[in-house]
Amino acid sequence: MAAVNLQASCSSGLASEDDANVGSQIGEAERLERPPRRQQPRNNYGSSNQDQPDAAILAVPNVVMREPGGPRSSRLPGGGGGSAEMEEEQGLKYGAQHVIKLFVPVSLCMLVVVATINSISFYNSTDVYLLYTPFHEQSPEPSVKFWSALANSLILMSVVVVMTFLLIVLYKKRCYRIIHGWLILSSFMLLFIFTYLYLEELLRAYNIPMDYPTALLIMWNFGVVGMMSIHWQGPLRLQQGYLIFVAALMALVFIKYLPEWTAWAVLAAISIWDLIAVLSPRGPLRILVETAQERNEQIFPALIYSSTVVYALVNTVTPQQSQATASSSPSSSNSTTTTRATQNSLASPEAAATSGSRTGNSHPRQNQRDDGSVLATEGMPLVTFKSNLRGNAEAAGFTQEWSANLSERVARRQIEVQSTQSGNAQRSNEYRTVTAPDQNHPDGQEERGIKLGLGDFIFYSVLVGKASSYGDWTTTIACFVAILIGLCLTLLLLAIWRKALPALPISITFGLIFCFATSAVVKPFMEDLSAKQVFI
Amino acid sequence: MTLPEFFGCTFIAFGPPFALFVFTIANDPVRIIILIAAAFFWLLSLLISSLWYALIPLKEFLAFGVVFSVCFQEGFRYIIYRILRSTEQGLHAVAEDTRVTDNKHILAYVSGLGFGIISGMFALVNVLADMSGPGTMGLKGGTELFFVTSAAQALSIILLHTFWSVIFFNAFDTNNYIHIGYVVGSHLFVSLITLLNANELYTTTLLINYLVTILTGVLAFRLAGGTSRSFRKFITCQ
Repeated sequence: MAAVNLQASCSSGLASEDDANVGSQIGEAERLERPPRRQQPRNNYGSSNQDQPDAAILAVPNVVMREPGGPRSSRLPGGGGGSAEMEEEQGLKYGAQHVIKLFVPVSLCMLVVVATINSISFYNSTDVYLLYTPFHEQSPEPSVKFWSALANSLILMSVVVVMTFLLIVLYKKRCYRIIHGWLILSSFMLLFIFTYLYLEELLRAYNIPMDYPTALLIMWNFGVVGMMSIHWQGPLRLQQGYLIFVAALMALVFIKYLPEWTAWAVLAAISIWDLIAVLSPRGPLRILVETAQERNEQIFPALIYSSTVVYALVNTVTPQQSQATASSSPSSSNSTTTTRATQNSLASPEAAATSGSRTGNSHPRQNQRDDGSVLATEGMPLVTFKSNLRGNAEAAGFTQEWSANLSERVARRQIEVQSTQSGNAQRSNEYRTVTAPDQNHPDGQEERGIKLGLGDFIFYSVLVGKASSYGDWTTTIACFVAILIGLCLTLLLLAIWRKALPALPISITFGLIFCFATSAVVKPFMEDLSAKQVFI
Repeated sequence: MTLPEFFGCTFIAFGPPFALFVFTIANDPVRIIILIAAAFFWLLSLLISSLWYALIPLKEFLAFGVVFSVCFQEGFRYIIYRILRSTEQGLHAVAEDTRVTDNKHILAYVSGLGFGIISGMFALVNVLADMSGPGTMGLKGGTELFFVTSAAQALSIILLHTFWSVIFFNAFDTNNYIHIGYVVGSHLFVSLITLLNANELYTTTLLINYLVTILTGVLAFRLAGGTSRSFRKFITCQ
């Protein structure tokens, strides 16, 4: 649970012939659209001489950057046969962009935790313990410590397991109100009480005096805005920021209140549990995902960090489903972890919604903010149309859809041009990333955002924070790199297998190995080297 | 002096690599991933060399550990070369910007920078942490130049790793064994020269290392297709 299922939002490999058909037609259309290319001499040695799209083409979101004579187009006439490979390739392609979209928030979350650990000594020492960890590791004997850590983590894990099953039962019975109440309560506690504690310790660490009215005002504004953007609606960046902060806060709570060895044992145990819960045929998280897909609905979307706008449109379409949130409560921290972990994205319903919301997506960027109603009016027809299309998947649908897309594309291109004119290259780049997959998957089957459960953020940060609490920066960096590489591998597997995967096991395993190996073996070596200023 | 010194040394060592990262890497997701993968491989090589260093009973001789560490690093550079070349097809399909695979030097450069940045970080980050903090250098008879020279040395190592990767990848592509020998040899030479830092022979070591850095940089520049004319054009912004 805690974990998270990272699901690439690539929906299952429902590659039917119809899809392939539509795909190839769209591909042709795109090729027609594409302006003639220039031959450019390049100084590569030994590689095949391909066309390189010039800058103008690169700036247009709709053009697939791939040579026309390449493997893909040659496969296209084959119809259904090539579609699986093609999908895989495209999954990888969009994966590379989205890996970065996860790297940034994960790194930010770790950064907050590491900076806090190193500047606020309050989070560095454990004096009060969680209710769930009755053994406090006071004994100097390593064997006693080992057993108490094991017992603590088992207790904690059983709480997590029970809570997961509770959530599944509630979800199966459609007790949405209870679940939402639970989530809102926990995010309320996190955003108000724990943030207040954090603020207090921050002020104390830097010796800044502040009066209660000011503190209250800050807390009120911060918390209310957070509750609104997490549970209701708000700019995507703001929501993402709050989710990251909430995850960092929760990680700090774990670091602060778990005894030392228990924290490591919990990290190991939770990644094993994540593996079981997501992958085993009757695993609770898997059941949850499947149920959600059956019901065609979104499971608590705000409990997971998602890299694209999903919630805004979903909100307008199905207001109650999209409420949810993230976070965990202090008192019932374990339980929440559970819920958090459970979050999964759902593939197809949201997929349709998102492709619609892409129009919406572009507007907030230009106009800063759009009304929900505007989003709805723009998004709705597309959504319904696409679901129709998927229903009877007829060839005729293609032209309609394509023309529908065309207007969208024109709009997008205008936006693109404006943004490049304004000199904001970064934005246009981002923009392309978001939209590019759209043309590759005209059937709208796939939701192009990528999602990572907040539980992943929390436990990654716990690992890095715990490593940095020993005061050795090389260990921290090693853990950081190992976790990112683990995340990369997970995403790679995701692109290959196309189903929800647990994001914790690989990363946490790498992280633990590198953490202990670095602090035990590498650190003495590096200290010798840097004391004598020897560089290798 | 602590905080200004901290920032000064940080910028000396990581300013140029940061600029390289921002202007050449940050815009392309594939390059970022390769950079981190290279860093990971460097970590693996360091782990193995530290294990080696910890297991064998020659801890008093740092030179011994250094020699093996250099060998392991070059070994891992070869491994990452093999991996990148064998996944090139896949990369070509994945990369949004096909220049990554069309110009083979880009892969070499990116992975070299990854090697360099992580190596510089591991060498310097704990020194930097000490720098920011309450004491300062030179109070008890130590040299005041310790931090600055460490930072300058780290910068040269970061740049060298980048150049070495470009030369090394190209050498394996073209079976140029002299260049392979040059990379391994100069790496060994530079690392062993820094052993003199313990005797505070900073002028010698820094001069020699920066000389090697410039030479290697020129060689890498020529291998990547640069000429003095293109350099002049670049300088004068034509």
